[in-house]
Amino acid sequence: MEKSLKEIKEGMASGLPIVIGYFPIAMAFGILSKTVGLTLNESVLFSLLVFAGASQFMALNLISLGVGVGEIILTTLLVNFRHFLMSASISRKIKKEFKRWLSLIAFGITDEVFSVASFKKGTLNKNFMLSLQLVTYLSWVIGTGFGFLIGNILPTILKNSMGIALYAMFVAILVPEAKKSKEILILSLLSGLINLSLKFINILPKGWNIIISIILASSVGLLLFKKGEKNHE
Amino acid sequence: MSKFLLLILGMSIVTYIPRLLPFLFIDKSFSKKFERFLLYIPPTALGALIIPGAFEAIPNMPLISIIGLGFALLYSWFRGGLIVSVLGSILVVFIGIYIKGGLI
Repeated sequence: MEKSLKEIKEGMASGLPIVIGYFPIAMAFGILSKTVGLTLNESVLFSLLVFAGASQFMALNLISLGVGVGEIILTTLLVNFRHFLMSASISRKIKKEFKRWLSLIAFGITDEVFSVASFKKGTLNKNFMLSLQLVTYLSWVIGTGFGFLIGNILPTILKNSMGIALYAMFVAILVPEAKKSKEILILSLLSGLINLSLKFINILPKGWNIIISIILASSVGLLLFKKGEKNHE
Repeated sequence: MSKFLLLILGMSIVTYIPRLLPFLFIDKSFSKKFERFLLYIPPTALGALIIPGAFEAIPNMPLISIIGLGFALLYSWFRGGLIVSVLGSILVVFIGIYIKGGLI
């Protein structure tokens, strides 16, 4: 009992930076969805059922451009497919006795949850994962409703400043790991550089630059660090 | 069913399925090589999530974005800790925008 309480607390605390980062973005989604013509229920339902920031904004944009439902859904599939890679990676870290909960855990695998959870030391337990996901989910859903109802109450300067939050979190997750491991440093930089180059080349469908970057850089890792691994054996 | 409701349901299905599929293979063991590939995903995903998006975090102010990220980088290098990195970089960016005098 005490152990699960500790795990839940840890999960909620780990989710706090995400909660801070999500709230203003979710508010912006709520505000924008109103201008596009969604009702409050539809706006909140969007965040309740989809829970994927970038694609939700993309959908609003496409709606306002008059793009059809089928095409928006297809684009969403492409954009959110990166989570397939993230789920695949994180599934190796999750304790197998929590099988019953995996379909719920899978629902909340966002970029941010993935980043926080996959660099947590050791295996991931159910209580940690679910409480981490619950607080981030609540921030996303409540922020959406809040934005829709209350609108632009945050001063622009604060809203803009908070745009740095999730990126700062990604940096703060990565840096201590890259400091410890040359592999992590090289692979993350490589992946970023590939992603940057792909942005300039600009030929892949939306959302696939990051997928190709992850696959390419991780494959380079297989080639590059093979020797190192053998030496350890 | 309204058009938006159909869209929301469709989007939720195509978002959920890729997130769920890998968990169905949780009992399967893969080759050493593939396991290693999966281990490389967290750092490579983070690299691509940061570069180049982070430099555009503050619209039209790449320099202020970089200074904000610089705080997170330095703090997490020397001290570590997500919350201070996040709140500190928000504050740094806030001051940056304020000094620049725009967007208030």
